[in-house]
Formats: sequence, structure tokens, C-alpha cells
Amino acid sequence: MAKNTSENPCKMCMPMGGILAFKGVANAMVMLHGAQGCATYMRRHIAEHFNEPVDVASSSLNEKGTVFGGDENLKSGIENMMRLYRPEMVGVLTTCLAETIGEDIDRITSEFLIEKNLDGFPLVPVPTPGYGDSHFIGFFYTTRKIVEKLAIKTSPTKKINLIIPNISPADIREIKRIMNLFALDYTLLPDFSDTLDAPFSRPFKKIPGGGTPVDQIAAMPGARATIQFGVTVEEGLTAGAYLRDKFGVPLYNVPTPVGIECTDQFLQLLSEISDVPVPQQLQQERGRLVDAMVDAHKITYQGRAAVFGEPENVYVLARACHEMGTTPVVVATGSKANKLKELLQLYLPADTDTAILTGADFSTIQEFALEKEANIALGNSDGKVLTEKSSIPLIRVGFPVHDRKGGQRILTVGYAGALNLLDLVTNTLLEQKLSRYRQSMYDSFYRQNT
Amino acid sequence: MKEDFRPQQDEIKERRDSISVKGGQKKQLKCDTHSVSGCVSQRACVYCGARVVLNPVTDAVHLVHGPIGCASYTWDIRGSLTSGSSLYRNSFSTDLQEEDIIFGGEKKLASAIDELVAKHNPKLVLVYSTCIVGVIGDDLDAVCKAAAARHGIEVIPVQSSGFIGNKAAGYRAACDVLLRLSLPQTANPLPKQQYTINYLGDFNLAGEAWMIKNYLAEIGIKINVVFTGDSSYETLQKASATSLNIIQCAGSMTILAEQMEKRFQIPYMNVSFLGMEDTAESLRKIAAFFENKEFNKNTERLIAREEAKVGHVIESAKQLFAGKKAAIYVGGGFKAISLIKQFREIGIDVVMVGTQTGRKDEYDTIGELVNEGTVVLDDANPSELEKFMTEKGAHLLVGGVKERPLAYKLGIAFIDHNHDRKHPLSGYTGAVNFAREVESTLCSPVWKYAKEGPHHG
Ligand code: SF4
Repeated sequence: MAKNTSENPCKMCMPMGGILAFKGVANAMVMLHGAQGCATYMRRHIAEHFNEPVDVASSSLNEKGTVFGGDENLKSGIENMMRLYRPEMVGVLTTCLAETIGEDIDRITSEFLIEKNLDGFPLVPVPTPGYGDSHFIGFFYTTRKIVEKLAIKTSPTKKINLIIPNISPADIREIKRIMNLFALDYTLLPDFSDTLDAPFSRPFKKIPGGGTPVDQIAAMPGARATIQFGVTVEEGLTAGAYLRDKFGVPLYNVPTPVGIECTDQFLQLLSEISDVPVPQQLQQERGRLVDAMVDAHKITYQGRAAVFGEPENVYVLARACHEMGTTPVVVATGSKANKLKELLQLYLPADTDTAILTGADFSTIQEFALEKEANIALGNSDGKVLTEKSSIPLIRVGFPVHDRKGGQRILTVGYAGALNLLDLVTNTLLEQKLSRYRQSMYDSFYRQNT
Repeated sequence: MKEDFRPQQDEIKERRDSISVKGGQKKQLKCDTHSVSGCVSQRACVYCGARVVLNPVTDAVHLVHGPIGCASYTWDIRGSLTSGSSLYRNSFSTDLQEEDIIFGGEKKLASAIDELVAKHNPKLVLVYSTCIVGVIGDDLDAVCKAAAARHGIEVIPVQSSGFIGNKAAGYRAACDVLLRLSLPQTANPLPKQQYTINYLGDFNLAGEAWMIKNYLAEIGIKINVVFTGDSSYETLQKASATSLNIIQCAGSMTILAEQMEKRFQIPYMNVSFLGMEDTAESLRKIAAFFENKEFNKNTERLIAREEAKVGHVIESAKQLFAGKKAAIYVGGGFKAISLIKQFREIGIDVVMVGTQTGRKDEYDTIGELVNEGTVVLDDANPSELEKFMTEKGAHLLVGGVKERPLAYKLGIAFIDHNHDRKHPLSGYTGAVNFAREVESTLCSPVWKYAKEGPHHG
């Protein structure tokens, strides 16, 4: 059934993902080439999720620029932005408008650097037409473009490259903790764990500290391996594939370590690459997780989950649900995500009654959730319609979480993240049951008698 | 890299004329222009202006013709409440794809309208154009007209391509649509209902329009239509059958009021229900318009009763806030003016005032209201907000979602005055809410821990 309408979107546009990727580079600023609105909307959205100031400039393209080309707008915009923020790296993303009128940002930005005598300044233009694909693709593609622009042949190091999808700052910190427990040296890109979750400190900095340093990105080709959490994305769009194809860095494309199996797989991989056994502390955490799963298994077994959001996240969340005995009855994303179905079918038993939806909107997700009798939902805040219209409780994970505080602190990766998810699912199901069983027993049995 | 390209200064030349300091050299503040490229303006776009004004039309299908982002970011954007349909809380989009950009999106739009009409059976479909729709040349008028004929309902295009101006152009586009909806269906003008008014520029955030409706009912005046808080296709059609338009949000609605005066001979007046002072003054103004002694009496009774109820809260707030300084950064100039007065009411001086889309006359009024040394700025950006709030020692900022994290990072208290707030700030209830919210943020123990915050001590 080909719909011509999206009814309550389960995706955002490409430049949104691009902004998040650029926010993970140290001292970077980003500019959207297009009309003013795009930047403002995205800033608002990102700010609400992370509860942080999110400065994104716009070239404020107007009618004149739209008709005669936006060269001047873009150049003066970059100059103004550099004066105000003094960034060490600049990203330029296009919007629908700039793409449609055919703006050549490669040419304009290189002209700019020459005119301003800024040769060698890291300025990374990325075409991200909003109608091209979702923010999910925008994120991976921008990460790749950053690496393409900055990476240079380097002598081999002992480092490991970690390329991550759009996970929370808390998740990024957890990944780093794990790397440190292995005593591994690494470059994580994009790292917005501090830039989008900055500690309160003085003096105020226009560009918050943290992020992957530009010189570390430049040195990524020297790494002994790249681990990339991006099994659902077309490999050709990824930074990991670029580093492999161009510089021969071995690529391990693995699922984001969410849930017990994917975390096992990640730790196993680290252990193999580094020849270090999985640290005691992590093994203990695994034991504690299993213990908790045992405690909760009868409750979680009653769960029928609707999982939605970005492909990479829903893939691992669905698997995590499955592990704890909760059936993922709907797994949905608004992105195209051609690989999702195939991948998931490998893990869900053949008799599992799961609707795997790609390119979906919330009206479709809702339909299936009702049909499949979902009793719990996992995904971003936009899924609140499932609660409002169909009384399915929602566990907020992913991006954006804009109707609760602390989107930046939601932990799902590693054993610690799995434990957090387990508790959330268990207690949500318990709450559902305990708040209703008196009435529902009364309705089903007592009333029938009278 | 040449260092001199990036001087140690936070000023952009083109922005100079958009900033003034009261008491400094006299100059006219530059406003109502395009944002300066690269300056991180806090402004939204034409489409946004149209969307926020029209969105509270509760029983319309609001269809965004464009790529998905525009619809995604504005889904359920306001805290507008409804007493009827909830259709407006959905986000519909044609979700244009690459091939639509190349071959045009008219067919898709027509089918989208058909689908939505079949599914939701609306009386009204509003089709918003976004940036690229103008560029790819889809003929929105023709598609909407054909769809209207096909389905026998109103299908109205909203000309809101993002790049044709700023938010104010979107307000104009929205007003065009509202005017069109207000035109009587018959050749004869609708008979004017006695003692009724239209309430323009209240979007029923947290039920504010309902509150004002109750006040007016007590006086003896009925609200005919609210534009657009909790409005519907049918209520909007009766808009011309009234004796007076009152405008709360002047930025978005003045154009409509002017048009209605011209076409239907309905006079209009600006009102504000933000703060006790403005609320009382507005109620009196409205009552006076009808030249009815009873109304005046009822108004005074209402004001006296409500002031007695809430006056002491405001008084004690005033004690508590003595010596505190506030900064304002909001969408429209009229709201800024009200806020300056409201802060005065609770004993707080305003040291910085900015708006996204303020007009010249509004900036003049602001200039008269504020104290010497107050900074006034149009279309400010985070750097300027930071600079002036710090320089002026503001303890508190009132603004929208994007400004909040900045204030907090600076260790400054913050008041939400945005579209999606869930508590009323209008009328007497609002005055109390406002004072309490100021207290909750200004007097929070948290600043003790944010040690070197500018207003520590
Ligand atoms: S979809 Fe296109 S026009 Fe809309 S916000 Fe995204 S980039 Fe801007």
C-alpha cells in the first residue's frame, strides 16, 4: 500500500543528523546553507533533547540568493560565524533549498578558503538534502565526509577507531569506560558526550569543550582496526568503509552493544583485537545482569513491544527485548533501512509474530501496534501518540526525547545499559499490570456473573 | 592560518544598527530585515510563522507539502488546547523524495489530499508550502482548487515558502487564509451579534483563551471567535458577525484586524492580558467600547475581586525580588512591552530587551518604557544575548526553548514564554503563575551550587 502521506513522521531530515555528527568534533561549528528556519528548528529540537545550548548558524538564504545563487550569503556567513566563534573546524551542510537550486558547496567553500587565505583550514562541506533520506543517514554520511576530508596517511599506531551512531552522551561515556577498562587507546568519532552534555563550569564557553580532536581524526588511517556500530546502514556511506578502502584499516562492522548478546560480541571483539581478556569488572557486570534477568523473566515474558526509531537503534533494541523474553511485535523505522528486515530475521525465531516496518510513520506503527496487541513501546518522544491514543506505555529511548528531561542521560549500551533497559521494561510492565488487575478481574469475572 | 582573520571581538558590523542602548546616541533601531548570514539568529521561517498561527484550528487537516523535516519539527508544536476535534495535533506531510523534486510534487500532493480526506473526513484542509515547493514550481493553487471541487470542502493553500521573508511573512500568509475563511458564504454580510467580540492572537496555550472568555462573560460580553485558539472551520466562518476585534498578539494579527476593519467595518484595539496592570486596563478598554454602564460596573467588580485575591501574592513577590534584573528575548514586540510592565509589577528592572520580529513602533514604545542604559536589540543571537546579559548583570531571562539552555549555562534564572508551555500566563491566574515561576527560578537553591554564576551572592 503506497501512501502519499506521512501521518506523524518517525524520522527527521538529513541535515539534522549532520549537525549531531559535527557536534562531536572538538571546537567545531556548523552552518546550514539554506533558509533560516531549518537551522532554528533543528537547534530547538536538539536543545530540547540534550538540554544544552546548540549553536548552528544559517546562511539565511533569501529570495535573492535563491534566484541568483547563494555564494555571497554562504561566504559571508562562514566569515561571520568564524569571527563570532573562532572554531577550529567548520562544517557546512546543505538543506533542501540549497540542493534544489543546485548550490555547489564544494566549489564555494574552497573559493572561500582561497579568498580568505585560509588554505588548509578544515572546512567540511556535506550535501544533505532533507528529501534525500532521514537524519539517520545524514549522521553516518556526515561522519564519513569528516573523515574523508581530514584523514591523512599516518604511520601505524596502536589505536582503535570507534565509529558510533546517534547514541546518547551517557552511552558514549559508557563505551569509553569499557575501552579504558581494556586499557585500549582509541579515537571515537563523533564524540558529543561532552559537547552536548557539558558540565556546569566557568567561564562560559561559546563552543563547549570535548569532541574528537581534529588531529586525532586526521590520524585515523594509522589505527590497527576500526570498530563501527552500523550494521543497518549501507556500508558505502560509512567512515569505516572509507578507512578500509582507502587506507586498508580493517573494519569490524558490529551492532551497537545494546543488550547482552551485542555487548558480548563487542567485548569479544575488543578482547581479540587487543589480546586482553574481558576485564573482571565487566564480567561481574554481566553476571549481575543475568541475575537480574532471572529475577524479572516472568514479568518481561509478558511484554509485547513496539520498538521504533533509527534503524541501528531499533535493531539492537528489538534484540534486547527478545533476549529478556519480551516479544518485539512491531519493529519500525521511518528511514528506508533496507537491511533491517533481513538482519532481524536472523535473530527472531521463525514463529515470532513480528511486523518489521521501514519507511513507516506513526499512523502505521500505531495500526500494527494495536493489531499485534503491543503492551509496551520503546522509542523516542514522538511515540507519545501511542500512549495518548492507544494507552500503550512508552519507554523513552533514542532521539529525540523532548517531553521529558534527561534525554542525554539515557543509558542503553553495555551491560549497564542492558540492566537499565531491563529495569525500565520490567517496571513498566509491572506498573501496567498492578494498576489494572483489580479492575480488569472485576470486569471480566464479577460483572459477568451479575 | 591567518590569525587576523579572526579578531578577538564578538561583533559583526552588519549587526551594529540592530542594537541600541537607551540614553546612548539617538538612533533608529534597524528591524524587519533579513537575518544576517552566519549570525546564529534565533528566528524561524515563513512556514513557521504560518504554522504557529494556523495550527490551533482544531478540525483542519494541516498538510505540509514538502520534505519531512519541516513537518517533523513542527508536529504538535503548540500547547494549544481544544474543546473539540484533535485533528490538529497530527502532523501530515507529503514527505517529498528526490524524484518528486525532479518531476514535481503536484500529483503526490493531490493524492495525499485525497487520502487524508477519505480517512479523516475534514471540512477544511490547509496545505502549507515549504521552501522547495516554491522552487520546484508546484502550482499549489491549482491542486488545491481541484481537490476542493473534487471533495466539496475547503482546501486552502498557505503560501509559506521559507525563504521569501521571515516569520512575519508567515503571519501574513496565515492572516490571508483566516480572512478567506471569514468571508461570509452568502452575498449578504452576516448580521452583527450584539455585545460580541473576536479575540485575535490568542492561541489558547494552556487554556488562556478560555480564561479570557470567562472574564468577558462575567462582564456581559461574548466571544464570537478566537483567532485561532480552539477555533474550528465553522466558528471561523462566523468571524464577520461581530462588533469588535481585540488583539493580543499584535505581531501576528494586526494585518488581519486591519483587513477586517476594511471589509466588515469591525474596529479593533490592542489588548494584553499579561500581568495585572495590562489585564485590568484591557478589560476596562473593552468594556468602555460598548458604552454600557452595566459592563463598566461588572468590570470594576471583577477587577476588584481578582486583585484582592492575587494582589498579596504579587506584593510579597515584589519584596522578594527587590534589586533583581531581568532580560527579555521573545518573538514579538508587543509581548516584550507587556513583559516589561509585568516585571515592573513584581519589582524587577529590565536591563535588556530583544525580539525576533518586533516592529518600529513597538521598539519606540519599548524605548520609552525602559530605564536608561537598557540594551534593546532586534534579531539577536546567542553571542549577543550572552554578552549583554553578562554585562548588564541580568539575574533572569524570559524567552523560548532555544534561549533556556543558554541562560542556564550562564547561571541565570529562566522563564518560559514559548509556544508549548503547559501553564497559563494570562490574566490574574497567569500573573500569579508568572510571579511563582519567577520565584521558583530566581530563588532556587540550585544557584548556590552553580557557584560562580553571575548573580551569585
Ligand atoms: S526538510 Fe529540508 S527544508 Fe525542511 S527543515 Fe529539513 S532541510 Fe529544511
